[in-house]
Amino acid sequence: MSTRILVIDDEPQIRKFMRISLTANGYEVIEAENAAQGIEAARSQQPDLLVLDLGLPDLDGQEVISAVRERSDVPIIVLSVRAHELDKVEALDRGANDYIVKPFGVAEMMARVRAVLRQRAAKGNNDIVAAGPVLIDLGRRIVTRNGDEVHLSKREWGLLAFLASQPDHVLTHKQILKEVWGPAHGEDTAYLRVYVNQLRQKLEADPAAPTLIVTDAGVGYRLRRGE
Amino acid sequence: MNDDRPSPDALLAVAQRESHGRLKIFLGAAPGVGKTYAMLQAAAERRREGVDIVAGVVETHGRRETEAQLGGLDVLPARQMEYRGKSFREMDLDAILARHPQLVLVDELAHTNVPGSRHLKRWQDVEEILAAGIDVFSTLNIQHLESLNDIVEQISGVKVRETLPDSVLSSADEIALIDLPPQELIKRLHEGKVYVPEQAKRAVGNFFSPGNLTALREMALRHAAERVDAQMVDYMRTHAIPGPWPTRERILVCIDERVEAAKLVRVAKRAADRRGAAWVVVTVETSTSHTLTEADKDRISEALRLAQQLGGETALLQGDDVVTTVLDYARERNATQIVVGRARPRRWRIGKSVTERLFAESGDFNVFVVGGQDDEKPVPSLRRPKIKEKPDWINLAFAALCVSGATGIGFLIDRWLPAASISVAFLLAVMVVAMRSGLRPAIVASVASFFAFNFFFTEPRWTFAVSDTKNILTLVFFLIAAVIVSNMASRLRAQILATRESARRTTNLYDFGRKVTAAVTLDDVLWAVVHHVATTIHGKSLVLLPDGAGLSIAAGYPPEDQLDDRSAAAADWTWTHGKLAGRGSTTLPTSLWLFLPLKTARGPFGVLGVQMSEDADMPSPEQMRLLETLADQAAVAIERTTLVADIETARVATERERLRSALLSSLSHDLRTPLVSIMGAASSLQNYDDMMDHANRHELTQTIQDEAERLNRFVQNLLDMTKLGAGALKPRADWADLNDIVGAAVERTGRLARDHTIKVDIDPGVLLLCVDPVLMEQVFFNLLDNACKYAPPGTVVKVWARRTPNYVTIEVIDQGPGIPPEASEKVFDMFYRVDHGDSKAAGTGLGLAICRGIVEAHGGTIKAEPGLNGAGAAIVIHLPQSHDIDGLAARISADAEPEGT
Repeated sequence: MSTRILVIDDEPQIRKFMRISLTANGYEVIEAENAAQGIEAARSQQPDLLVLDLGLPDLDGQEVISAVRERSDVPIIVLSVRAHELDKVEALDRGANDYIVKPFGVAEMMARVRAVLRQRAAKGNNDIVAAGPVLIDLGRRIVTRNGDEVHLSKREWGLLAFLASQPDHVLTHKQILKEVWGPAHGEDTAYLRVYVNQLRQKLEADPAAPTLIVTDAGVGYRLRRGE
Repeated sequence: MNDDRPSPDALLAVAQRESHGRLKIFLGAAPGVGKTYAMLQAAAERRREGVDIVAGVVETHGRRETEAQLGGLDVLPARQMEYRGKSFREMDLDAILARHPQLVLVDELAHTNVPGSRHLKRWQDVEEILAAGIDVFSTLNIQHLESLNDIVEQISGVKVRETLPDSVLSSADEIALIDLPPQELIKRLHEGKVYVPEQAKRAVGNFFSPGNLTALREMALRHAAERVDAQMVDYMRTHAIPGPWPTRERILVCIDERVEAAKLVRVAKRAADRRGAAWVVVTVETSTSHTLTEADKDRISEALRLAQQLGGETALLQGDDVVTTVLDYARERNATQIVVGRARPRRWRIGKSVTERLFAESGDFNVFVVGGQDDEKPVPSLRRPKIKEKPDWINLAFAALCVSGATGIGFLIDRWLPAASISVAFLLAVMVVAMRSGLRPAIVASVASFFAFNFFFTEPRWTFAVSDTKNILTLVFFLIAAVIVSNMASRLRAQILATRESARRTTNLYDFGRKVTAAVTLDDVLWAVVHHVATTIHGKSLVLLPDGAGLSIAAGYPPEDQLDDRSAAAADWTWTHGKLAGRGSTTLPTSLWLFLPLKTARGPFGVLGVQMSEDADMPSPEQMRLLETLADQAAVAIERTTLVADIETARVATERERLRSALLSSLSHDLRTPLVSIMGAASSLQNYDDMMDHANRHELTQTIQDEAERLNRFVQNLLDMTKLGAGALKPRADWADLNDIVGAAVERTGRLARDHTIKVDIDPGVLLLCVDPVLMEQVFFNLLDNACKYAPPGTVVKVWARRTPNYVTIEVIDQGPGIPPEASEKVFDMFYRVDHGDSKAAGTGLGLAICRGIVEAHGGTIKAEPGLNGAGAAIVIHLPQSHDIDGLAARISADAEPEGT
């Protein structure tokens, strides 16, 4: 049985090119042109992935995320325009798994789709996360780079472990701070910046041009495993 | 000259009259001739024609026939006014203006209103009614006419207090003469049909004598007749009926500070009226004029004001020789007659008086000399601030001290010098007294010195007797010299004082000019005005400016935020009429403030209010002149700021227009170019897909993608710019890693930078910045995009950042052609592009403008400088970093915990 992707967007042209390219990549596509149809299809058709446009005619896309999340943990990728960082953050905080900035190329969309699906497939079996030359053993709490063990402070480890728990997945500043520093530190992004920088110094080949711990400006960080 | 056309002046006067209401005056020679009755009859006539008539005020004095006439008319209730505990009934001006009928009946035009009314005089009320476009019927007795005032008094022995400027009567559109032969009138008086006020009962017998009535009747008839003449001439002028018009005579009246100035003016007015001549009242200011006393200055300005009221022209001439100045002016104005007062006997002056010289030098002019005393004293109306002179006893004590001093010196030098020489010491004393205290103490000092000299130093000493004839001569010469010296020295002193006063005035004006010129905004100007005026008059001042609903206080010194009702009414009146009103003026004098209009040639701008300090009700004439000048200057200054604002608005409009056209051309070019490529590539693929090999197909699809991305960048720029322009782009500053920001921008540049090497050199000390990461990423993206666009392929683009105590300096340096120095500011303007003579750089002209908008929204600066060693361009950004980085670092290191488990 092929993977089914539900596309919720009110623009027929966008649905069309997504259908064509997704089908060409072997996915089965279900289309919905508004929030009501989308929520209904998500419930009745049991898709494996949702691609959701935040700007829908009948209901705010954010509400769709919440509605879907009430009964399902199906991965959700949202489509959002640039400079609406708060929308993205809100969507991620409501439970979306990733976002794509409009306008976007097909290649980028495919990469995100694959990443999200792979993560879902790997669920439950991700004790060891590989990101380039770095291996993160979540069970034994060991990090190696090109085989050499890297020493991390407790906070650094907490941060890296949280990022590694959902690789290729954007984690918002708030989510990371709450998880690693505790609920009282939800706004202390300066801590986060400092520790991310320290981690990069220890793990990245070129800390000034990071490839493992990547910044999503205004949104958060993700651990990139590479394809 | 072509006289076939109507005279423009005459037509203008007619035009002005048309928007105005028409005034008809029922003129009588004496009370009781039936003016009111005639007015009511005429009104009844008009009412039958369907005219909307209201009786504003009609005094029937209980006469039955008159009351019957009033019967059918709409009578406005009078307004009750309280004054000194008594209740008065006055015409309700506001009710009339509100009711706005076509015609109003206003009896007794010369009536004086109760204090507390808007105007002092009823004729001023009528002028306001006329100005509102309402016709007025009114009544007037000839004796109330200002110019006839003194004649009436001479003839009848009754001083008429209620007077009316002649100009009111002459500006009336129509005059109806109500004539009754004297015998008839006397008969009516005996029948009790003539109303006589209580206080005049005593005089009534004298007043209503046949002789008086005949004289008054003659005056009224003559006035009406002159009026007909004038109307005839007017008519001929407006309708271009060829002459002969009488040539206009011009009478020149010379006045000075002497008491009969007012009389001279009246005489001239009558003479001018009889001859239908124009008349000008002049006074000559000489270099000694400022030594005149306040009372004298007042009398001159009083006479000039009277002349204006009577419809004459006034002129202030400057010149040292009175006679030549007057004669020059007379020639210049083509005067035919010169009227002067009788020369005062001048016993002490050698040479001819002004009048005598005028006679001698007048040549073609007829010179009339008016004699007699004018017993009319200026009304001591209001208190004036007292001039603080030192009291007499101090001056006299000073004189005594000086004389004693001179005596002392006399004893000291007595041993070596002859008595005559000692007199010099006394002369010195007299001079000192004259310089310091003025003429009178100096004369006293002279006499005292004379006696002291005689008593102490002439033989025989210690007596007033003089033995030697030589000494008698010495004494006499001493006295003469002392008096001359006192005279001269005191005059010098007066001049010094006057010069000082005038210097003060000039300095004051100069200061004011400097202050208001330095003020840029309207608020600054207003503040300078109120502050300066308040300190000048030692009182309070405020400026009112119009706002939507009416006048409101724009500035005050000391600050004031509310005006009482009466003052507000006076201010409004000044604003609408452009004339003085309030305390000390003739309009609304019960207001606490005096208001001066602030107007320039372009029209009124506002109102200046002044309030004197406790000890004075109104400004002295000197201060009044100064205030008027200040008001003029203030108005000009206010006008200047509004002009500046106008120019600014115009500049903004031009700029907006420039931007609009730039935007249009940019849109049509930058939107269309990528669209052309996309459409071309897409249609090629659609039509010739079969004929193309894989490489060509790929190239076309690549074109579509590149151009679409370019379009996307352009749209993004436009959106950002719109948000910046609308102020909607607010940075959401948060701690961010500069490396991250620059890294993201470099990544986004992607293919655009495929031909360039981007080197990032960020000092580790610049790790954390408090900025909006998304917006700053856009800044670096735009800068890198620009650098790659302009710098030749293969070159290096460098991003460099360092921290200084308060700033983070970030530079983006390329090795391109650089930015010409003259364009280094303009490149940040919207739609500006550096012209390189080719169309290679497909910029939008928005990139740098957006960068500047974002950086400035962060409180930073951005500028263009030459690159390294003067080659290429460097865009330098300074971002303030006042946040406590060190504190932050401390907190973070405190957070660090031992190495992981």
